[in-house]
Amino acid sequence: MSGNGKHNHLPAEGEIRIGVYVCHCGSNIAGIIDVVEVARWAAESLRDQGVVIARDYRFMCSSPGQELITDDIKNLRLNRIVVAACSPHLHEKTFRAATAKAGLNPYLCELVSIREQDSWVHTDKAAATAKAKAILAGGVERIRRNEPLVPVTVDVNPATLVVGGGIAGISATLELAEAGFKVYLVEREPSIGGHMAQFDKTFPTLDCAACILTPKMVDAGTHPNVELMTWSEVEKVEGYVGNFTVTVRKKARYVNDDLCTGCGVCQEKCPKKVIDEVFEAGLGYRKAIYTPFDQAVPRTPVIDRPNCIYFEKGTCKACEKFCEVGAIDFNQEDQVLTLQVGNIILATGYDLFDARKMQQYGYGNLPNVFTSLEFERLSNSAGPTNGHVVLRDGVTEPRSVAIVHCVGSRDRNHNNYCSAICCMQSLKFAHLVHEHTEATIYEFYIDMRTAGKGYDEFYQRIMEEGGIFVRGKPAEISDVARTPEEEGKLIIQVEDTLIGEQRRFPVDMVILSAGLEPRADAKELATRFGISCSFDGWAIEKHPKLDPVATMTEGVFVAGCVSGPKDIPASVAQGAAAAARVLGRIQQKVMNLEPIKASVIEEFCSGCRICNGLCPYNAISFDEAKGVTTINAAMCQGCGTCVAACPSHAITGTGFSDEQVLAQIEGLLRVGADGTPARRSVFPVAQHEGTEEAVRA
Amino acid sequence: MSTQVPVAPAPAEGAAPAAGVAQATPFEPVIIGFTCNWCSYRAADLAGTARTKYPPNIRLIRLMCSGRLDPTFVLKAFAEGADAVMVTGCHPGECHYIEQNIKALRRFRLLARTIAALGIEPGRLQLVWASAAEGVRLANEIARVTEEVRALGPLNWPTRDHTGLDDVTLDSAWEATGGDPAGPPPEPAGASRKRGAEAKR
Repeated sequence: MSGNGKHNHLPAEGEIRIGVYVCHCGSNIAGIIDVVEVARWAAESLRDQGVVIARDYRFMCSSPGQELITDDIKNLRLNRIVVAACSPHLHEKTFRAATAKAGLNPYLCELVSIREQDSWVHTDKAAATAKAKAILAGGVERIRRNEPLVPVTVDVNPATLVVGGGIAGISATLELAEAGFKVYLVEREPSIGGHMAQFDKTFPTLDCAACILTPKMVDAGTHPNVELMTWSEVEKVEGYVGNFTVTVRKKARYVNDDLCTGCGVCQEKCPKKVIDEVFEAGLGYRKAIYTPFDQAVPRTPVIDRPNCIYFEKGTCKACEKFCEVGAIDFNQEDQVLTLQVGNIILATGYDLFDARKMQQYGYGNLPNVFTSLEFERLSNSAGPTNGHVVLRDGVTEPRSVAIVHCVGSRDRNHNNYCSAICCMQSLKFAHLVHEHTEATIYEFYIDMRTAGKGYDEFYQRIMEEGGIFVRGKPAEISDVARTPEEEGKLIIQVEDTLIGEQRRFPVDMVILSAGLEPRADAKELATRFGISCSFDGWAIEKHPKLDPVATMTEGVFVAGCVSGPKDIPASVAQGAAAAARVLGRIQQKVMNLEPIKASVIEEFCSGCRICNGLCPYNAISFDEAKGVTTINAAMCQGCGTCVAACPSHAITGTGFSDEQVLAQIEGLLRVGADGTPARRSVFPVAQHEGTEEAVRA
Repeated sequence: MSTQVPVAPAPAEGAAPAAGVAQATPFEPVIIGFTCNWCSYRAADLAGTARTKYPPNIRLIRLMCSGRLDPTFVLKAFAEGADAVMVTGCHPGECHYIEQNIKALRRFRLLARTIAALGIEPGRLQLVWASAAEGVRLANEIARVTEEVRALGPLNWPTRDHTGLDDVTLDSAWEATGGDPAGPPPEPAGASRKRGAEAKR
């Protein structure tokens, strides 16, 4: 027994009285772990560790369960609580609140996980029960070293930064602005609107996308509480929830915002045509001075410097000559702005899967293979063909069109996930082709996924309109004809899995319903904002079901496709949800931060500065006058790297101190794999010293 | 209950004992796993929620970050009877604290050499990256490490009376030199408090 040992740093005042509570969680825990035995064992074997009472109860998180704790604290003078139940990420707050209710510091309560880490993942009842004892002993040893902590209180700046001006970002922005708070909306492109602005219709209602989106864009652009920053990017984020300092680079537009009336004459007169790879998906042209589309917000155009004749050759200035208000300013420079905000909402959206990666579908080689985004522009009445669905030659109407689902999605070679929107989008394409042309339409699908309000009805409608549905993922799309009727056509080679036969479909046009992917720079974005993202690159929510717009970083929220593929209603809902979460924070005015922080014991610090370079948040600085290192508690995020690095043990980390962790290790190893007291091996100190002697000699 | 994870085979079932030798109870190692609050601990939560099975030999400790892993923790675990230690953290480039797992990696590599120098088989100290979404991966890795350690057998160090030497903390090392249990005496200004290495000698 070594729990009475030397490194304990137990609080001097009075004896330690621990209450242990083992939860059954119905049969979730009790079905595998003998909870009664665990509680009995704790009361008996951990008495020397200070366990005064050990109880088991059906649902500790229920009101009567919590009352057990509060009553025992009062009646038995408990000063430490260990609950063995689910993951601390689920109910730590619940039990800490119950502890606080009884007048005990909440950080003197620990939750150890015997459900997620034990009963749910093991089947051997004896081994699981032994493990539960070990986990509990670890918790008991640990809590002996817990110290009462007080949360750090910070003020919440009521301004919010929204990154990304797509429909999710716009919806978040408007909710916050309507509630009366300042919003900075930062968008990388010259206009807000995002992908939705490129669409012609939206499924399943076939609302005109522009008709429902542009009023919101205008609202966001003109709202007195919104400061819109387009053609801008966030470069740096510092600080913490409630008090972020954000550095935004506002790229030079070479057009003066204040003077420009948005008349568009500069775009008319500009002699340089550029293929629009972004908004028109490469199907149309824009000028070197441009707004991406007619309803752009703001109306102020930008000069695309690499393509501008003036910047290239030093002469031209056609735009300047024709601008009546003199808004063109070739000397404009990038502005670097610093914003103070309390919360951040990331709504940076998605990139389309690059269909060139699936060479068997011929995109990029076969001219009449289009991507979904290209077709969106093709069918858009404001698009490059004024809404005429035609082949790449610009005139021929297709007589047959194939729409291929799951391009780059549900595919082990590319992305395993379902992109969620492609089935409905493909059905919408079928309807638009049907509306604009006489063509026969084939849909090649793996499974039809039309869950959503009015979605399956839309599927029925497309079938009634005469769409031909073939279940199978095309193996190849080629222009190599085998029969006379295949001459000059694109041929889809596919296994029709409903009849189990290989079939060939000659068509004029193919639309690849490409999947959604995280932005190419998603990982850089995650690093910049201190959030985590999955291996794919989608932002990880705090909880995928119960906290879908929060992230594990306090004060940073996500909305829309940044956290995974979503359709427009879901993106709008998430934007509003993120805004609601931020509003909750703003209304509280102050926030309590977890007091898990590192601090320096100055007397022990030798001033070696080993820790100085370790902090990614620049919380560590060196006090030249005193010759010691200091840590800024507000900037410290509590990772503990400096604590582990300090050779003098002069840095302590609250909540995860050396004493706590070492004691927990001791406790965890108190019980062997079979439940008997553990075999202790011996650290061969004597031998070790002998070796050292030998080396030194 | 479903599981896609190949659970480690039932111990000893297939291990053919030498003819005539009585089959002893199969060796079940005890493994200490250090997890990061943001990724691998959540991966363990996810494995639980998805009822992904893995052997019960591992016992997890939560740290805020793999960067918090003081090498002393690992030595302490071995000293206290762990047969192996698994260190887990976020994948490089995905650290919640930007890059602290890289610092953990540096320390890990040095520690691995120290462990080897102490005569502990390298397989007893393993580093595994697992993101919060990789519950299945973490479960698989735990199963793999458990199997490997089961094959290695118990960490066989000589048993002896080790009163007073069982804690490898720096405090106890200090005391082992005959220092005052309350801590070192006040030092002259400017003297550094090198408790670790010096105290041991």
